[in-house]
This record gives sequence, C-alpha cells and structure tokens, in this order.
Amino acid sequence: MTSIFPQLRNNAAAAWVAMFVVAVLLIALPYLAGTLGNAWVRALAFMLLYIMLALGLNIVVGFAGLLDLGYIAFYAVGAYTYALLASPHLAQNFAWIAQAFPNGLHNSIWFVIPLSAGIAALFGILLGAPVLKLRGDYLAIVTLGFGELIRIFLNNLNSPLNITNGPQGITLIDPVTIGSVNFARTQNFFGLEMSSVYLYYYLFLVLTIISIVICIRLQNSRLGRAWMAIREDEIAAKAMGINVRNVKLLAFSLGATFGGVAGAMFSAFQGFVSPESFILNESIIVLAMVVLGGLGHIPGVILGAALLALFPELLRHTVTPVQMALFGEVIVEAEVLRMMLYGLALVLVMLYRPKGLWPAPEHGINPVVQRHSRLAA
Amino acid sequence: MNQQLLRFAPVAIAAALALTACNRQETPATKTAEAPAKAAAAPAAEVLKIGHVAPLTGGIAHLGKDNENGARLAVEEINAAGGLKVGDKTYKLDLVAEDDKADPKEGTLAAQKIVDSGAVAVVGHLNSGTTIPASKIYADANMAQISPSATNPKYTEQGFKTAFRVCANDNQQGAVLANYAADSLKAKTIAILDDRTAYGQGLADVVERVAKEKGMKVVAREFTNDKATDFNAILTKVRATKPDVVMYGGMDATAGPMAKQMTQLGIKSTFLAGDGVCSPEFIKLAGDASGSLHCSQAGEAVEKLAKGTEFVEKYKKRFNSEVQVYSPYSYDAVYVIADAIKRAGKVDRASITAAIPATKYDGLTGTVAFDDKGDVKGGAISMFKVVNGKLEYVSTVR
Amino acid sequence: METFIQQVINGLVLGSMYSLIALGYTMVYGILNLINFAHGDVMTFGALTSLTTAVLLQAMFPGVPGWFILLGGLLAAIPVCVTLSLVIERVAYRPLRNAPRLAPLITAIGVSIVLQTIAMLVWGRNFLTYPQLVSNNPIHVFGATVTQTKIAVISLSAIVMIGLMLLVNRTRLGRAMRATSENPRVASLMGVNPNFVIAATFAIGAALAALAGVMFATTYGVAHFYMGFLPGLKAFTAAVLGGIGNVPGAMIGGLLLGLIESLGAGYVGELTGGVFGSNYQDVFAFLILVAVLIFRPQGLLGERVADRS
Repeated sequence: MTSIFPQLRNNAAAAWVAMFVVAVLLIALPYLAGTLGNAWVRALAFMLLYIMLALGLNIVVGFAGLLDLGYIAFYAVGAYTYALLASPHLAQNFAWIAQAFPNGLHNSIWFVIPLSAGIAALFGILLGAPVLKLRGDYLAIVTLGFGELIRIFLNNLNSPLNITNGPQGITLIDPVTIGSVNFARTQNFFGLEMSSVYLYYYLFLVLTIISIVICIRLQNSRLGRAWMAIREDEIAAKAMGINVRNVKLLAFSLGATFGGVAGAMFSAFQGFVSPESFILNESIIVLAMVVLGGLGHIPGVILGAALLALFPELLRHTVTPVQMALFGEVIVEAEVLRMMLYGLALVLVMLYRPKGLWPAPEHGINPVVQRHSRLAA
Repeated sequence: MNQQLLRFAPVAIAAALALTACNRQETPATKTAEAPAKAAAAPAAEVLKIGHVAPLTGGIAHLGKDNENGARLAVEEINAAGGLKVGDKTYKLDLVAEDDKADPKEGTLAAQKIVDSGAVAVVGHLNSGTTIPASKIYADANMAQISPSATNPKYTEQGFKTAFRVCANDNQQGAVLANYAADSLKAKTIAILDDRTAYGQGLADVVERVAKEKGMKVVAREFTNDKATDFNAILTKVRATKPDVVMYGGMDATAGPMAKQMTQLGIKSTFLAGDGVCSPEFIKLAGDASGSLHCSQAGEAVEKLAKGTEFVEKYKKRFNSEVQVYSPYSYDAVYVIADAIKRAGKVDRASITAAIPATKYDGLTGTVAFDDKGDVKGGAISMFKVVNGKLEYVSTVR
Repeated sequence: METFIQQVINGLVLGSMYSLIALGYTMVYGILNLINFAHGDVMTFGALTSLTTAVLLQAMFPGVPGWFILLGGLLAAIPVCVTLSLVIERVAYRPLRNAPRLAPLITAIGVSIVLQTIAMLVWGRNFLTYPQLVSNNPIHVFGATVTQTKIAVISLSAIVMIGLMLLVNRTRLGRAMRATSENPRVASLMGVNPNFVIAATFAIGAALAALAGVMFATTYGVAHFYMGFLPGLKAFTAAVLGGIGNVPGAMIGGLLLGLIESLGAGYVGELTGGVFGSNYQDVFAFLILVAVLIFRPQGLLGERVADRS
C-alpha cells in the first residue's frame, strides 16, 4: 500500500485501515453492482481483465518505454492456449489426440495459467528479438503488424491442419474448476449464493491483486530500475553496464505474461473464443488505458483501465433516458456518443494532463522525459 | 495523513450515488425469472418482455435494424390485437432491444442485459459469431433463444435446450447453392471466395464440398476479409481460371464492390452468393454490375406467400424503409414465442422453453417446426436473381 | 503473363492512392515527428464530401457529363479537407509540440476517432454508393483490362506527384519546407516562419488526401465513415517503407506496397506451394515491411528526419 500512497509510509495504522477499507469495498462491489443486474457484475469482471492487460502493457510501454501497438496478440495467445487445452476441439480434429485422451482434453487452471504465461512470454521474446534495434514509431508499426499477424494466423490456421478452427472460433470451452467448485454453476458458500459471474469476479480479483503485487515488486527491483534507465536514455544505460538487449527482451516477455494469463481467464469466462475479439482496436484501447491513467504509474494505470472499461457501460445507461427526457427522441445514439466522448477524452487528457490523470509523483519515477523541443513554438 | 485517500472519498461517494441514481432511472431489474409479470404497469394488462439483440452499429447495422423492425412489427401487431391472453390474464408485449455490435464480447454483455431485464424469451442474435457465445448465457438462464438469421450449424450442435433457429442453416443453404450451380446454371467449373468470417467461410466450405460431390471442378479458392474494398488481386487470379460461376460467401457490403470489380475486369461469370448478399443493399452498392447475381435466401420467398406482400407493405408503412433480408424471420420468431406462451399456459422462462419444441406454427416464412437439435424442420431455401435492379424470385427448394 | 500484367496494373492503381496519402504522412512526420493518425480520416471526409456534392450537382444539372461532376466534387472536397486538417493542427497538435513523444500519438488516435464519429453523424452509418460518373466498361490494353477510372487514377497521381516534387525542389515554399524539416531553429533564423510552413504542409497533405479519397470512392464505388482508417494505416506503412520524411520515398513506398499487396495476393499460393493462400496476403505485405525495417531501418530511400536521439 505504501508504494501506492507514499504518504502512508509514516503511519502504519492508517495504512492498515486504508487497506482494510479498500478490501471490503472490493469484496462488496459485485453485490452493490448486482442490485443493478448481473450485466454490471460481468462488466466489472471484464474491467478486472482489462486492468491486468493494462498492467502488463504498462511494463512494456510505461516502465521500459517501448511503444507496443500489438499487445492484444498476447491476450489472444493466452486465450487460445486455454481454449485448445480445455475444449473438445483438438480431440474432434485429431484422431491421435482423441485416442490419447479418451475423456477429452480437460486441464485444471493450476496447469493452464503457468502454461499460458509461459507461452505468452515465449511469444514476447519472439516479438522482441527482431525489433531490438528499432525505436519509437517504427517499433509501433512493427508491433502493430505483429498483432495483426497473430490475428490473421489464428483466423486462417484451419487448413490443412485444423488447429484454431479459423473464424468459427472454438466453442464449449471448459469453465474454471477449482477443486470441486465449478465456476459455471451457481455455488453456495455458507448460505451466501454466488452465481457464476460473481465467482469469476473474485477469481479475477485475486489474479489482479497478484498482478499488482508483482508489478510493484518489479518496479522497485533492479530490473525495474534498468527498464527506467533504458526508457530515459538507452545509450547512457548501456554505458552504465546494463545489458540492454536482455532487459528489453525481459520487458516484452514479462509484459506478455500478464496478457497471457488474462487471455486464458477470458477464454474460460466466455466459453468461446474467436479471432474477432483480438483486433487492433483492442490494442489501442489498452494503450489508451495506460496512457490516460498515467504512464508508468501503477495506480494511474489501474484508474485508467477501470475508467475506460466502465465508461461505455455507464454511458449506455444514461444517454438514452436523458435524451428521451430532454428531447423526446434519441438524437445521438449511445454508441455514437460513446465513441465521440472516448475520442474527445483522449484528446483532452493529452492536451491538458499529458502525464495522465494520476501521474507518478515528481521525484524518481518520471514518465518519459521531454525530448529537446524542435521548435520554439 | 491519508490525504490521497480523503481526496478520493468524495469521488467514490459520488460514483456510488451516480450508480444508484442510474438504477432509479431504469425500470427495476428483476432477479428471478418468475417475476416478469410483477414488473409492471396498468392493473388491467401486465407486461411481458421479449428480448431482441442484433448489431445496431457497424457495417451491417442496416440488417440488424431490419431484424429489430421485424420483431417490433410483430410485437405491435400482437398488442394492437388486444395482447396475449393466457388463462385469465392479458399480457402486453414489450420489446427489449439491445445492440451487440456484431462483436462476440459485446454479444455476451448484451445477452446478460437481456437476462437481467426479466425478459421471458429472446429473438437473436444476427451473426453466428455472436449468437454462439451468447447462447451459453441464455442456456444458463433457461431462456428460450430463437435466432432469425444465424446460420452456423454449430449453434444448435452445442446441445443447449434453449437454442432454436427459424432459418435454414449453412449446411442446407450451401447444398442448395451448389446444386443450383450444377443443375440450374449448368456450371462445370466454379471459383469459390469467402470473407473469412464464421458465416462466409462456413457457407463457402459447404458449397465447395457439395460442388465436388456433384462433379464440378473447383478452379479457384480465394479469400478476403470483411473489411476489404479491393478485390482486384484475387479476382484477377480467378479470371485466369475462367470459371462458369463465381461463388462468394460473405455479406452485401463487400459483395457489392466485388461485383463492380468483376465487371471492370471483364469477368462474365455468374455471381452466386448466399443470404448475406441477397438484399436491396447489394443492388444499391453494385449498381449496374448487380445483374449477374443469383442468390439464396433461407426460407420461402416472402412475396410468394399469401401474407408476404402484405408483410412487405405493412413494414414499409411502419418503418419507411424496405425489407432487407431477415425481418420476416424475426417477425415469425416473436409469433412462435407468443404461440409457445399460449400453449404452455404459463409465462415463466422454463415453461416457454419447454413448450417451443412442440411448435407447429403456420407463419410468414412457412410452417415452423423444430427438430430435436433446434433447427427448423424442412427449412426451405429460395433462389433469386437480379433483374433490372430488383430481386426476382426463381425457385424454392424444400 | 496476362495475369501478371493485370496484377501489376492493379497494384499500381492501389499504390497510387496509397502514395497520395503517404505523402501527407511523410511530410508531416518530417517536420513534426508526428504520426498523424487522423490523416486517413481526412481522406474519408474528402470522399464523403465529394459524394454529397456529386449527388447534388447531378440533381441540379442533369445533362452534364460525368467528368465535370467529378471535378466539381473534387473542388468541393479539397477546401473541406484543408480546413479540417488546419483546424486539427491548430487545436490538437500545436499545443503538444513540446510534449513527450506519446502524447501527440494518443491525441492523433483520439482525433481520428472523433472524426469518424462526426462522419457517422453527418453521413450515417450505412455504406453509401458513389454515383456512377465515369463508365465502368472494361478497356483492353497491353493484355490487361482497365477502366477509364483506373487510367485516370494512375496518370493523375503521377502528375500530382511530379508537381509536388517540383514544389518541394524548385519553389521557395519547398525550400522552406526542406529547411524546417532539416533543422527548424536554424530555418527560423533564416527567416522561415515555422508555423506557416507547418500549416502549408498540413494543407498540401490534406489536398492530396482529398484527391485520394475521391479516387478511392470512384474506383470502388462505395464510401462510408471508416473507409479511411485502414488505407491510412497502410499508407503510413508505405511511408515508413520508403523512408519516413522522404518525399520521393513516400511515393516509391506507396507504389511498392500496392504492388506487393497485389502480387502477394495473386502469387502467394504459388510461392508457398499451396500452403498459404490469398488469406495471408496481408501477412505477406507485412513481413516484407518487417524485413526492410530490420535490415534497413531507415527505409528504402533513407529517412530525412533531423536530429532524433
């Protein structure tokens, strides 16, 4: 907690109280939102997934300063890993798998989560290795292309060998099962009934908290400081003895692991994956979350992700009734208004609070330092 | 002290207030499925909510709106005729319309909203890519889902008791297209293209399979995507193989420019496509090049049916636009639900779901009955061709 | 052989349009180090404005030949695009000239989204048909089939690009642009007004985008509110391929990208022995780009952007 709120450093009691309050709020949140309908709890669950994604991208863009416009590819990789390992698809299409696993492919999350993280990390290295020399906007274009590349491969790897089932996607993916608790059914804990969405919310909450802890530890470690050194001035960092190549590769791969885990959870939650969920727009949304919130500042990133994930839902519920009340008809549809406000938000935040809504405190952790201005403006 | 936290407290409180304020604006969401009748208004007629989900934004928004219009027409007709009489209560129908933006994730969110709204059944979605993930949510809520236009066979193969569709699926449609090419168009060679979506590729694969079985030679198999506008490269490749028929699995938004480019490249083959292309929108986009199209629609030809022309006129009067493709299906889907409610004698989700398999409803699109997977039995497929800028009926395969 | 020539012509048509858009990207990037993501949407506005104008003109003057109406549409589109571009520059980019690198990039994405929404509000969400102003009849030339539109696209683009080269190399404004791109501070010491030069750059880029938009809409016959985003992105890729900041580079890059896409879609099946079909055409283009960037990161003709650390 003290990493997020440095003012609490001197007051242990206040720190504990703060943590307790936040914990209670987070645990009670789905019940509060549930009074409005399960759709809100589902939206909260998706918000947590986005927070995990934003934290992962924050490592690449915020800590290490590497502009990645194709981050959603790791999300896709994690999702498909889980989907392939926990659905009837492979058994239906490959006879030898059906023979080896007569009961079908089912894998517990204790196995799949580390595996998704590992495979995503591998893809992170695959992406990072060729682009080590590229900088700035070139890096952005190449990573954008990689993101699209993964999506196109996922969309087309259904012949000659049907690996991903192409655009039809993979259905009937197993829900998460921990012990005897099946997350797709409503469960009863000590008399409190929790439907499937609530269970997933709490699972994602646990994973998000673990992600936050990992990010904070990384930020304050030697590796984290090496990333920031590269971000500020790569040549000086090299001169200080930092192995720039390895550190960059670690940035890509560690950032990717968050995407991979989030992807696996998304897959289990939805029960269905298709390449349509992993388009360029999603990468841009995650990037916007990181930048909007506060590049390189963990609480800022969380705030940015939460805002941008929940904002469309809020808008959808208020825009139509307000317009009906004021004008008697819907002039601007919620969807159009959402897109416009989203775009305006990006522009306005960048114009008036370029370091993000909740930037890092001024000393030490500083977002990207300004390059020498080229014009007297 | 905890300045930072204190600063956030008012924000948090404001947010909580905003959320509760939102709640008061909406019609109160009911948690149990048994209570939709309680959520209502006048003492004389109670309200039954029927959900409808389709893409209302995006490239196929015109088709989504068309679906919604068809469902709305049915709901308004039923209400105008006095509502649904079940036992000694009369119910008015209310259409809860949601937008899934043709995106699977939004589809699940929209599905959850429909479930939360207390609807007793749902008509939707439009695309197979959104219908399939959403079907899991409806199945968990034991809410009957009737899709007017999702044609991917997988939808009913999942084994959900709540999944139904009133249109023929791609296996049937693709077979009809291939047979039509071989028998009616007398084609010996066929080039097949698709847009790499669940619908387009599914249909094209079936056509390829059946065409080969009928002895036709598949001279080219090319791909594009649903956002493309330039097809010159693949069409040039196709042109070199001189096919009798060019079959395209995709939607009207891409088929229109494609037909135009075929004319520009001097390709004279017949253009064969499925129901996603068989719409007035295609004719508009293809302009002069639309004359080469032969396409299929799932179901009976609307204007051939006695009630068909009547429906087209009613639709035009109410919505001031033309029937696109699937609105007759969403129209029939609502009536099927109403019919099931009447037969079940009860208005809760479980009873309605249990009553639908026994449906035998004489509707706009033909006699609606379901097989044990939830597909419509004897789904007819009608073939059309474009003559003088209008879709002209050719034949129906039953 | 016939097919090959046809594919080459297809590629040149596509590539000409990419070049026109890429020029806008590369000129702005050369001076400001900014990827103007909104540039593709400026093209959208050009196409849609010309569509509305053409429909209006056709209604008002029914007997007029198609070329005149097309010209009228273009003349209406250019001022709209130029104004739009200048406004965007003034409101969204000028305040951020000294901001960290990511800020203008995010702003550009935001502006792009806002433009798309405005287009959606004004012109609706449906695909709009561009009126058939020029005949679509196939003409057989050198063994390939073209239409009047395609010939016009290739030749007009070539003329415009030659004109731009003359502008950049032989006029005072061009000299000022090159100087500012090289070193803005010294240029201003030499009496060049940087704001004016930047405004001129945006204006020229916008005019080219308007032309590209009209060409696009005429060639494919459709226009809709997000038609510009993908071509814009591809055009930026083309600019990077040719060497960002380099005007001839953008031209070459655009034509090359068009050719790669066309030939790639046509031949990737044969080249990979049937393992990959035309569904991988985008991948093909992208892989070439990555290869160029890895082995020659400054692009084919070398970038001309001053002083980047």
